[in-house]
Amino acid sequence: MKLIEVKNCYKVYPNGVTAIADLNLSIEKGEFVFVIGASGSGKSTFIKLLYREEKPTNGSVFIGGINVAKLRNSKVYKLRRKIGNVFQDFKLLPKLTVYENVAFALESIGLHTKEIRPKVIKALENVGLKDKMRSFPNQLSGGEQQRVCIARAIVNEPKILICDEPTGNLDPEISKEIVLILDKINKESGTTIIMATHDKEIVNRMKKRVIHLENGVLVSDDKKGSYKEHESN
Amino acid sequence: MKAIRILTRGIRDAFKSVIRNFSLSTAAITCSSITLILVATAMIISYNVNNITKDLEKELSIVVYLKEEATEEQIKDFKNRLEEMKNGNVLSYTYKSKEEWKLEMKNYSDTFSTALDYLETNPLLNSVTIIVKDVNHLKDTTEEIKKLDYVASADYGEGMAENLVKAFDVLEKATIVIVLALVLVTAFLIGNTIRLTIFSRRNEIEIMRLVGASNTSIRLPFLFEGLFLGILGSIIPILVTIYGYVLLYDHFNGYLFTHIIRLTEPFNFIIYIALLLLAIGAVIGMLGSYRAVRKYLKI
Repeated sequence: MKLIEVKNCYKVYPNGVTAIADLNLSIEKGEFVFVIGASGSGKSTFIKLLYREEKPTNGSVFIGGINVAKLRNSKVYKLRRKIGNVFQDFKLLPKLTVYENVAFALESIGLHTKEIRPKVIKALENVGLKDKMRSFPNQLSGGEQQRVCIARAIVNEPKILICDEPTGNLDPEISKEIVLILDKINKESGTTIIMATHDKEIVNRMKKRVIHLENGVLVSDDKKGSYKEHESN
Repeated sequence: MKAIRILTRGIRDAFKSVIRNFSLSTAAITCSSITLILVATAMIISYNVNNITKDLEKELSIVVYLKEEATEEQIKDFKNRLEEMKNGNVLSYTYKSKEEWKLEMKNYSDTFSTALDYLETNPLLNSVTIIVKDVNHLKDTTEEIKKLDYVASADYGEGMAENLVKAFDVLEKATIVIVLALVLVTAFLIGNTIRLTIFSRRNEIEIMRLVGASNTSIRLPFLFEGLFLGILGSIIPILVTIYGYVLLYDHFNGYLFTHIIRLTEPFNFIIYIALLLLAIGAVIGMLGSYRAVRKYLKI
């Protein structure tokens, strides 16, 4: 079964900018997909359509068989529980410790304290940050903060992990580390990962499926793709 | 079970937030305290004015003198008419015959007594005192009675009393408008202050939305926060009004300036005002935060 299916999808913002034009694609369960393209190519919009931060102007976006374009605002939270989000700017709460930041995700959806603890510790082990769980975000390096963000995204065992330029603020070495963690999550728990990125090196090295968007149009979709120079120009 | 957990978590988080954002909480509480004191003052004035007006209205009456030649029949007819008018503006009436007047005057002073004894016939007139329901139609009712041909005269206290009642009427309406305006201002101030605390926590709301918290569970802590702030903000006004009004009442011995203007007794009146203040604070606090969170939630 196809986990994600985008059909004839258009997104026009109120200011008249067409961010996505006639997009058709599908993503299978357990895939690791890179979404590439220059700034303003519609990458972020595509990703926002997936977790229903934006609604398509036309067409449909199916996640697990449900058309999220027709999902009511008050029901969006049910979709979000199946999707983990990793951001370029981490979006950690500065006043909470690493443990509390991860637990926050589970507390928000009303889990019992007893259920929360083992899940949080497991997620922190997965990203290799168990020994830093009492630290505050500002005591961590950028890479560590991004790992906390990943832990928070996977703590609820989502089906899909959406990463919007997770390595955008990190140096190449740390970026590699982050992508390896994502790859491990993809292989070990079968989580579908969709990662928007600018990082040519990572894309070329990982040899994963690459979806290339330019001006909101699908330029190429290679099973074992790479970030070709001419494509980004 | 889950709902209870979300509820208790909401209350806990609200407490935390009030304490953590201490300066903003203090600002919100001070704001609502000040405006609620004004609201309380206006409410007390309004209620008292209302009472005073009612007292005064009871004093206003139409005095009707019937003509000398009015027959027993006509007097009876007049009484019947007044009975009918009870469906209209007449609240009650008392008939006093000229004999009763004579007796009263005789008892009043010896001079009157001797003077009246000299007269062969009774020079006084039969009279009826009418109390009306609505003072604003006092004039119309009087005019209506004047039209009857056996009525010699019909008069009401044209002057001071009537004007006073009218003035108090206006004052009463004005205070009600002021109370409403102040309640709105309070709502606005509390709402804005809570909006500030929420603005500083919009990241938190954003993350909660992204990890799949339902709108209710996001909103709940903020609603409780508004509730707490509103209740905390109404404590000082409640104390001020209770002590202030009791002191005022005792100081003036229950009357303001003259014996006509009687203040409302403090108990249980002031308790109602206190409860009202608490309710206004709580509801406005909740509404304020409801509106403020709405902005950050897509609903």
